[in-house]
Amino acid sequence: MWLNTTWFVLYVAIIAGYVVLDGFDLGVGMLSPFLGRNDTEKRILLNSIGPVWDGNEVWLVLGGGALFAAFPLVYASLFSGFYTAMMLVLFVLILRTVAIEFRSKRDGARWRSMWDWIFFASSLGITLLLGVALGNVIQGVPLDQAGNMDVNLVDLLNPYALAVGATAVAMLSLHGAMFLTQKVEGELLGRITNLIPKLMAVFFALMTVLMVWTLLLDEEITTNYEDRLWIGIFPLFGLLTVLAGWRFVVKKQYLSGFVASACMIALLLATVAAGMYPVLIPSSTDPSYDLTVTNAASASETLTVMLVIAVIGLPFVFLYTAGVYFFFRGKVRLDEESY
Amino acid sequence: MTTEMLHRIQFGLTISFHFIFPPMSLGVGLVLIIFGVKSVRTKDPKWRQLSMFWVKIYGLIFAMGIATGIVQEFEFGTNWADYSRFVGNIFGSLLAAEGIFAFMLEGGFLGLMLFGGSKLGNKMWLFATTMVVAGATLSATWIVMANSWMQTPQGYEIKDVGYGDQAFMTSFREVVFTPSFGPRILHLIAACWMVGTSLVISVAAYYLLKKRHVELAKTMIRVALPIFTVLAVLQVVLFGANQAIEVTNQQPEKLAAMEGLYKSTTCAPMYIIGWTDPDNETTTGISIPCLLSFLSYQDPQAEVTGLEAFPKDEWANASVVFQVYHLMIDLGMLFIAIGGLACILWIWKRKLWDQRWMLWVLVSSIVMTELATLSGWWTAEFGRQPWVVWQVLKTAGAESPNVTFSQVAFSIGMFVVLYAIVFTMFISLLNRMIKQGPPPPEEEGASESLPDSFGEIFRHRSRVSSGGD
Ligand code: HDD
Ligand code: HEM
Ligand code: HEM
Repeated sequence: MWLNTTWFVLYVAIIAGYVVLDGFDLGVGMLSPFLGRNDTEKRILLNSIGPVWDGNEVWLVLGGGALFAAFPLVYASLFSGFYTAMMLVLFVLILRTVAIEFRSKRDGARWRSMWDWIFFASSLGITLLLGVALGNVIQGVPLDQAGNMDVNLVDLLNPYALAVGATAVAMLSLHGAMFLTQKVEGELLGRITNLIPKLMAVFFALMTVLMVWTLLLDEEITTNYEDRLWIGIFPLFGLLTVLAGWRFVVKKQYLSGFVASACMIALLLATVAAGMYPVLIPSSTDPSYDLTVTNAASASETLTVMLVIAVIGLPFVFLYTAGVYFFFRGKVRLDEESY
Repeated sequence: MTTEMLHRIQFGLTISFHFIFPPMSLGVGLVLIIFGVKSVRTKDPKWRQLSMFWVKIYGLIFAMGIATGIVQEFEFGTNWADYSRFVGNIFGSLLAAEGIFAFMLEGGFLGLMLFGGSKLGNKMWLFATTMVVAGATLSATWIVMANSWMQTPQGYEIKDVGYGDQAFMTSFREVVFTPSFGPRILHLIAACWMVGTSLVISVAAYYLLKKRHVELAKTMIRVALPIFTVLAVLQVVLFGANQAIEVTNQQPEKLAAMEGLYKSTTCAPMYIIGWTDPDNETTTGISIPCLLSFLSYQDPQAEVTGLEAFPKDEWANASVVFQVYHLMIDLGMLFIAIGGLACILWIWKRKLWDQRWMLWVLVSSIVMTELATLSGWWTAEFGRQPWVVWQVLKTAGAESPNVTFSQVAFSIGMFVVLYAIVFTMFISLLNRMIKQGPPPPEEEGASESLPDSFGEIFRHRSRVSSGGD
């Protein structure tokens, strides 16, 4: 059982790693049409994430692999249940990758503006779709006894899930803007620092609505919090990071602001996860069909092997991630290798 | 048309498309390492010039690999949910290990490799490149482990713990080192290197034909052609032969389908070209007598088991498997001829550089190596049918039960349109890059002022940031 719980925690950590890291580059994508006024500025925005976006996206790939290995029944039920939505996610993921890669390879204004638009739309699409998916998972989905579900895209687009999606968009835009303060200078930086307080306000408003909505709607999460009071530290610290973030922005300490928004994202995910544990996917048909950390997990042999692999592998991952961010620190300068 | 069939079409289509790109990046990666080593050793600026040219192409190819690879990572869940439930314990862990060990390594260092040219000295750039290529090779290794387990499963037991039958791991070592893994990975890596070197050869031959960048083009050929030729020979006499022996031992019914051998035969022939007739269960064509017996059992008189020895509902589609298998073999023979002839013209006759017909053949070699590599996989995968996990799980019944016909039809349509557009653009951008040609050489010693050791990188005070000037 401790193995299953360990994997639950590790899994949430991988997701958090993905949202924190890829989150800012999705944010940059969503902001780029509003910030970049000419080709040079657009290229600066694109190159702020140039050397790191692929490494960030690998966390999603790792999330897929780890889910398959640790909780295969969730992997199977979730992705087949959300079939059409998943296909759209894949569609926008492909488009985003090629947009980043293709955009600056040719000069024409039409070529570039087409890819700029696709870069924006796909960044927004990924954020929104993954947010909506998370919303549906929190809310519960119609799993049957065999773990299958029959939902179509329209069912997924319910008000609560859309609210989660919208909050994700605001959150990652803010996160992206915080990141950009470290990467750009001059007039462009001015535009970003002007935008940050507005994004924060929108995000706080949406977040508050969502919190209240969740507490009203989701009895299971509410009871879990009542039963295990200690997990209240996650939302509590989450709130503190939000306040700290606000303070850093007021004092114009943007690097700390970026760290605060990264912590905030991780803590928000932890808040949700702690409230759901031990359920991974609640069934709205019958609670006994819930997929949990025990009934959906691989056997202990696999979980042990996987834990060994993670313990060996993850330190290296941290090492070269840190090294690469260190190497590419500082403001963006364009050269002939840039996108 | 059943929904299961649609799932198979979608999977086959998307994986085949994905597999166009990784072999190119693995092989071009090898060549980039060679350029890098030369650059460190000789300080001749042409090596750096070649590296910077090819690394751009590498970036484009790699992006395609990433875009299409992500699809594969999720498709087991979306399209093969029952398969995923069945094998998750085993297969999932290999996929996750690939993510942690291989993709993270690639993803981490890719930025340094692609954008490090103007910020890193020769040694550090070579280090970053080697890391990315190591990551890519590891990634191929893990995924081939996963695939080999599906071909020759072991180290598992089947239990039902409430969600239908599931395969549980009993020995990780056995899961990872299945009998078909060794031969397959050798054959595959060699194939990937052939694809990469043939891309380099194609581009160089094109420059020679157009009389542009002639000296650089000759250098490219001098590096790539010997590797290509040696590998072509090794593929046929060693790695390919080994692969065939492994199939004979582990999957005799697949071997029978590959050679269109319906009846068990002593002194079985090997076809060079042929046609199977599934209605009359015969195969005709041009063949070399007794060669199959010899290759399979090292004895020309040995009996090779035919399809008739196996239940008919467990036969693969021999017509398809036979054709794709022979396409690979014939191309393999052709590569020896092409490589050998080019080497003779180059070393012995010293007139490769202006033999236009030979250069045209070399230009087309990339298409042929890609085709051979894909047909190899098609042989392995169509030959495995009707099983998805050999003799354990049938393909029919492994698909997602809740996904409807129209949903899959929709997604196939989406992939076809998207991949067609993206591929066209990829080709046109690749074409532009090749036409633009290598960048002008750096001034002698230009890269020597760049940080070239870990110490220099991390002690560097001034903020290098992501750009020169
Ligand atoms: C440049 C590419 C290339 C070339 C020239 C060859 N092959 Fe190959 N072959 C592959 C690329 C490949 C591959 C892509 O690497 C495959 C697909 C899956 C695999 O295991 O390796 C493969 C599979 C494959 C299989 C099927 C394995 C299975 O079903 O498990 C056999 C029996 C052979 N090969 C044998 C040969 C022989 C006898 C060759 C001699 C001419 C040959 N191949 C040339
Ligand atoms: C990259 C080279 C590969 C190619 C070109 C390839 C090709 C194909 C094709 C054509 C099919 C359809 C077979 C049929 O329906 O008759 C198929 C099926 C499949 N392959 Fe592969 N494959 C490759 C690698 C892999 C790898 C590495 C794995 C696993 C790790 C894998 C797993 C599967 C699965 C699960 C199916 C679906 C079930 C089936 O239709 O048999 N394939 N592949
Ligand atoms: C069905 C099985 C497969 C899956 C699930 C899969 C998954 C993936 C994923 C997710 C990526 C992107 C990684 C990133 O973001 O950096 C990728 C790229 C890659 N894949 Fe696949 N892949 C499969 C088949 C194969 C096969 C058969 C090979 C080689 C033998 C291969 C070799 C690679 C390599 C080397 C890359 C790096 C990108 C590139 O070099 O173009 N993959 N794959």
